[in-house]
Amino acid sequence: MRTRLVTVLLALITAILVIPGPAATADEQGGESLHGRILNPQDRDQGVEGILLTVFEGEDEIAAAETGPDGNWEAELPGPGEYRVVVDQESIPSEFALRESVIVVDGEAVVEVEADDRRPLIIALDVAGAADEGTGSPSPSEEGSDGSDGGDAAADDAVATGADSGGSFGDRFAQLTASGLLYGLVIAVSAIGLSLIFGTTKMINFAHGDMVTFGAMIALLFSTGAAGMGNSLLAIFLGLAAAVVLGGFFENRLARVPLVVAQWTAILLGIVLATVLGVMGDSVGWQVPLWGAAVIAVLMGGVLGAGMERYIWRPLRHRNVALIQMFIVSIGLALVVRHVILVLFGAGRERYAGYQIQDPVNLGLVELPPRDLVVMGVAVLVLVGVACLLQFTRIGKAMRAVSDNRDLAESSGIDVDRVTLYVWGLGGGLAALGGVLYGLNQIVEYEMGFRLLLLMFAAVILGGLGTAYGAMVGGLAVGLVAMLSTLWFPTQMMQAWALALMILMLLVRPQGLLGRRERVG
Amino acid sequence: MDIVSILAESTRSAFGPIAAIYALAAIGLNLHFGYTGLLNFGQVGFMLVGAYGVGISVAVFDLPLPVGFAVGLLCALVLALLLGIPTLRLRADYLAITTIAAAEVIRLVYRAGFAEPLTGGVYGLQNLADGFRVLNPFDGGERYGVGALSYNGNHMWVLVVTWGLVALMCGLVWMLMHSPWGRVIKGIREDEDAVRSLGKNVFAYKMQILVLGGLIGALAGCMLAVYQASIQPDQFKPQVTFFLWVILLLGGAGRVFGPVLGAMAFWFLMNFTDGLLRGMGSMGWFPFLQGPDYGAIQLAFVGVLLVVLIVFRPQGLIGDRKEMLINVK
Repeated sequence: MRTRLVTVLLALITAILVIPGPAATADEQGGESLHGRILNPQDRDQGVEGILLTVFEGEDEIAAAETGPDGNWEAELPGPGEYRVVVDQESIPSEFALRESVIVVDGEAVVEVEADDRRPLIIALDVAGAADEGTGSPSPSEEGSDGSDGGDAAADDAVATGADSGGSFGDRFAQLTASGLLYGLVIAVSAIGLSLIFGTTKMINFAHGDMVTFGAMIALLFSTGAAGMGNSLLAIFLGLAAAVVLGGFFENRLARVPLVVAQWTAILLGIVLATVLGVMGDSVGWQVPLWGAAVIAVLMGGVLGAGMERYIWRPLRHRNVALIQMFIVSIGLALVVRHVILVLFGAGRERYAGYQIQDPVNLGLVELPPRDLVVMGVAVLVLVGVACLLQFTRIGKAMRAVSDNRDLAESSGIDVDRVTLYVWGLGGGLAALGGVLYGLNQIVEYEMGFRLLLLMFAAVILGGLGTAYGAMVGGLAVGLVAMLSTLWFPTQMMQAWALALMILMLLVRPQGLLGRRERVG
Repeated sequence: MDIVSILAESTRSAFGPIAAIYALAAIGLNLHFGYTGLLNFGQVGFMLVGAYGVGISVAVFDLPLPVGFAVGLLCALVLALLLGIPTLRLRADYLAITTIAAAEVIRLVYRAGFAEPLTGGVYGLQNLADGFRVLNPFDGGERYGVGALSYNGNHMWVLVVTWGLVALMCGLVWMLMHSPWGRVIKGIREDEDAVRSLGKNVFAYKMQILVLGGLIGALAGCMLAVYQASIQPDQFKPQVTFFLWVILLLGGAGRVFGPVLGAMAFWFLMNFTDGLLRGMGSMGWFPFLQGPDYGAIQLAFVGVLLVVLIVFRPQGLIGDRKEMLINVK
């Protein structure tokens, strides 16, 4: 076996060594080129389309390029040398102007390209007018008040409303407190699941952020009209749900083989139905309002969570896979979920239609648009509901018991696997709801969940890993700190302050605000 | 679709500068995870501070390249201390969360508007390689190598230096791990309490290894900066760390040559699947996919690879299964 492998490898190596070189250098095809990306100064994650660039060698025009929808451009060059790139100022949209820099002067840049070099050239735009102030980059204060800049500064919109309301420190403080509360409630709703899952299985679910994205995307899909893809997804999840329910309900009442067959039949039926619906395409189109789509998203999120537990985590636990390995599996799953979402829904940045421009309601100290009030209301209701569930129902008590001490709970007759399944279902549903709420006052895109995940981590560590109430308190604290930090510091530092708070807590009280004092090191 | 040329191209990338840079960064991660059991999910943060150490020194302050390397390594040292002091006394999962969050926050800070005078914001920095190419013994315009395995002079220079560094670090790791110090380190991975009961200062050992692995990661970042001659903050997304994890687990954690083998196998697989997918796409097999989707599918493939490896073969290609039964204490 081994010798055969070596033979194959040797043959492969020889084959590669005798192939003539230049023919096989795909990434250097055409040799030299210039490339770059022209970004929208108001939103650095968007490109500007249709800017024309011309490349001259001496006085001869040798190449031309135009920026694509994402702002990318590339010009092939005949060989190494010194080139002059001229940006067609006419093609730049009138609201922008070319930024002068060391390299780009009067719309022209001289660059030297070496052999086989795919050289990047930075061409930047400014908002027209701002460029007249000189060659400098936009000042920090400008960035701070211009809330639409920088998609990664997670809560720009909320900050913008805070900054716009303007005047006195007191007003801004009140306004930012309100947006901090809103942000914190959203974090809390999403983070409860993370904390409960950690409590019951001692595993950090790195895929939780992508479950948030999943919820937001599903709600977007069904509120803008679901046709082929929506129906297919619904069918697959229906099959998965049926399989999970079958497994959960008949676990100990049916022999193993028929149970497995029944589960697989359910999943296969779901896939077949999905294919049929996918082929039928747009002929079965339908649309629900956003609240209906949110309900569907929460249900599907619950099914996603329960399905992951039933078909991935439970088998792994029964194989006695170590916890470190589980973390890595969850990271792998996160990558899979995120990029499947990316393939299905695209990389665009969207918003829920119809909830963007609303007249703010004046509440004395602060002004909030009605949608933010609704988000806060829903979040508070859900948090109270979850608290009641944990405090007063049988399954809630069982969840807390398992979270407290898994072995003790098991020996006192609690079906730990079933409780874990419910926890995952609950966590997935809450994460999906968190995604919808987050999407309502932010932008829906495929990386939104990962950004929220960092704040969720901060929240659960702050409140105490494994405690549901800790996640609520921690979420609120993280939201408030992140928002209020923008009173004094740039918006982009929001997440850094939340993280700083987390590190401070680890130094002073590693078990978190509500965690029980135990040895964690 | 030309399967032989795809294979040749994949092999070329397995020996190329990028594979060498990732091997270097994975050696650092191997020190953290493979030998000590530290869950560092933020190795890309060390690469970022290393790369920007070179970038800011060279492009903004016009300092010579060696100063840039020194600045990058110094930044990594500070970062390791900042991360380690609050978390190394705690359970391993706290370090995991803190490192992944810290790496992402560093990226957000470096790309932020207020940092633009230093870091160039989202546009990054360029013209970083002049100091490195001055030393180039190869001719930039010539091609060197045999058959399909040929690189142009500049890439060849980066390649030689980086693989040289990889060899150096492998030697260093081998010597360290066969020293008394290395035995303590491996003892921490197996049973921290036992080592503590022997009177060893576990925290200090963990801190030393965190710093050492971080420095190697930063060195990889520095080489990335001189290889590309330009850096943008968005190339240091968390998925780079996940690539490094796949590399480490593919090659075999806790083995000196694990990261090297892993990096070569990983880049071979990445380029092979990419070439194959695009080849089949250009033959019209996937009418529903557009250009950017291939990249996404490839990243999803990395995720699947990570899951399958850890479940079915946690020791990777050359690892020892018994050594990989690490658990969180």
